[in-house]
Amino acid sequence: MKSTGKLARLALALLAGTAVAVTGLTAQAQENRIEIQWWHAMTGALNERVNEIVAGFNKGQDKYKLVAVNKGSYPETLTAAMAAFRAGKGPHIVQVFEVGTGTMMASRAAIKPVYQLMQENGYKFDPGSYISAVTGYYSTSDGKMLSFPFNSSTPVMYYNKDAFQKAGLDPNKPPKTWQEFEPMLKKLKASGSTCPFQSNWQTWVQLENFSALHNVPFSTKANGFDGFDTELKFNSPLHVRHITNLANWMKEGLMVYGGRKNEANAKFVSGECAIHMESSAGYATFARGAKFKWGISMLPYYSDVQGAPQNSIIGGASLWVLGKHKAEDYKGVAQFFDYLASTENQVWWHKNTGYLPITPMSYEATKQQGFYAANPGTDTSVQQMMLKTPTPNSKGLRLGNFVQIRDVMDEELEAVWSGKKSPKEALDAAVERGNRLLRQFERDTKRS
Amino acid sequence: MEKRVVFHNRFLPYLLVAPQIAITVIFFFWPASQAVVQSVLREDAFGTSSYFVGMENFAALFEDDYYLNSFKITALFSTLVTTLGLGISLVLAVTADRLIRGATIYKTLLIWPYAVAPAVAGALWGFVFLPGPGVFAWLLAQMGVDWNFHLNGGQAMFVVVVAATWKQISYNFLFFLAGLQAIPKSLIEAAAIDGAKPFRRFWTIILPMLSPTLFFLIVVNVVYAFFETFGVIHSLTRGGPAKSTEILVYKVWYDGFEAQDLGGSAAQSVILMAIVIGLTVIQFRYIERKVHY
Repeated sequence: MKSTGKLARLALALLAGTAVAVTGLTAQAQENRIEIQWWHAMTGALNERVNEIVAGFNKGQDKYKLVAVNKGSYPETLTAAMAAFRAGKGPHIVQVFEVGTGTMMASRAAIKPVYQLMQENGYKFDPGSYISAVTGYYSTSDGKMLSFPFNSSTPVMYYNKDAFQKAGLDPNKPPKTWQEFEPMLKKLKASGSTCPFQSNWQTWVQLENFSALHNVPFSTKANGFDGFDTELKFNSPLHVRHITNLANWMKEGLMVYGGRKNEANAKFVSGECAIHMESSAGYATFARGAKFKWGISMLPYYSDVQGAPQNSIIGGASLWVLGKHKAEDYKGVAQFFDYLASTENQVWWHKNTGYLPITPMSYEATKQQGFYAANPGTDTSVQQMMLKTPTPNSKGLRLGNFVQIRDVMDEELEAVWSGKKSPKEALDAAVERGNRLLRQFERDTKRS
Repeated sequence: MEKRVVFHNRFLPYLLVAPQIAITVIFFFWPASQAVVQSVLREDAFGTSSYFVGMENFAALFEDDYYLNSFKITALFSTLVTTLGLGISLVLAVTADRLIRGATIYKTLLIWPYAVAPAVAGALWGFVFLPGPGVFAWLLAQMGVDWNFHLNGGQAMFVVVVAATWKQISYNFLFFLAGLQAIPKSLIEAAAIDGAKPFRRFWTIILPMLSPTLFFLIVVNVVYAFFETFGVIHSLTRGGPAKSTEILVYKVWYDGFEAQDLGGSAAQSVILMAIVIGLTVIQFRYIERKVHY
């Protein structure tokens, strides 16, 4: 059966058609290079970095012409690629955020796994030469890389050293554990802080990375890596304990809720919030905007939990290769990935964006160049990723319908913050609703 | 007396309506039929395979508490937007109609918001109500209200209703004003001579004379509240917090475009279509009877 989605196909054909028509014309006028389309969701300064990468690749060879097109937000980019694919006009490369990984994996007929692409085009592919905490997120359980990790980050803790000083705390001793947290927050509040602590991306930081750091499952079946029949587990007593602490701190004015995403960055930059949890890629924003002394340190953990701290997991996006393109096009895609993975380019990307490098060699090279010494704290993210060898609980997450599951978690957490539900009730409800979404995804994948 | 136009060419009338028919078929009947087809299928995100599942998508919807909740939200939201929008603009129109000096300035200012796109209206009100720096939020904070519509569902509903109503007042105002000006002055003057006070004149003469306009606006406003408020909601609350402003059409969009659940999304649009058809039938059968043309 293959007669549906005509409406979507038409709408997308119209959309994709304009893009293809415009770029197609200019390309033909210029030269006879083979064009490779790369759709991405990077905006602002990151968009400029992407264009620099593309210019570098196009300059270095004369067979292919890589064209990078910004398609809006992550979901918009993904939706546009899906629609274009349906219309037979899909891009070669599409940047997909980490929560879309399950969906992409399940769409086997539409994607070309990266390890296969590299092998077919004669590139040696050794999973061992990558930082497994980064590439593992996008690999099969036996280490075959399905998509190319592009912009990976991990959450870290930023803190305002001036605010620490004012509260009589040692500005070089940020809290290491959650137990140390509370007394410090109280001191910060006593010194007049209206926002001692806030966290961006609450589901990613306070539930997903929290589970990995404490080496407890976020969901069964190795967080979904071993099968789509996984069940959520983030309502354990440890999780409830943590959310209860956060809820109490909010009630006492020790913590402030600033939204689901990174809206609250402004409140750290302005100096209002003293402790702020945010992706390591937030570095550039704070380096540019903050007018006070600040530091970076690892996320705290509960010291009475055995095995903690384990290692944190990544977020961000990876590059997926779509199917149904010509073999010679794929050759160019493989060449581009090879270019991207070079130590030189990885170091440049890592230093300029705060995203993680994907090979240990590029980490070492960055260190040798003295970048970490000159910019203290920039290596916190890499170190936190590589604290220990990842376990099944800390490799990453692979859940279907993850976009909705994150929204469900956000909704239930907000119900806690507004006092409508107890932490236990909310986490139980989130697990129950999330499991329903997982079962729906499992049914859908079994049918196809 | 009916006016009849006689065409001498048998095909000319068909030719003349053809563009309209074509547009209706291409932009309404065809997509609608596709939605019906898709609502009984499950399909992977890239459309590489699809399976007939019968009523499964519909069954799943009615097991979902949040979908049923979305009905209540939609009912509340559209009732508020329609009644507030009509009420306020009627008052404004009646007042503007009596103005003698500077009427044009008032009218222009009142019509202005209609030129603002829904998303922009949303962003505008977002600034006004932004917890912390927002003007209105600041005023409320001064009065001791714990204002944060990002966390409080009731407050979020209030904000989207205000933004959506504000946007529609201009449109309603225009039609009411035109309707008011079409009422013969002699009727009102006669009533005044007979001793009817302003309120009585409004109730027994102006309102009945205005009923065709009112009826038309009710239909338009309900449709507006159902469908065209998407931009306002998307830019203000994204259906949150905890789905407390997720009206039906927002959920259709979310499930289809954010969650890639095309089958579920199509099933919802089929239900939505049925609701709107039902509402329109009710309006024309029962309410129209009370309208004096």
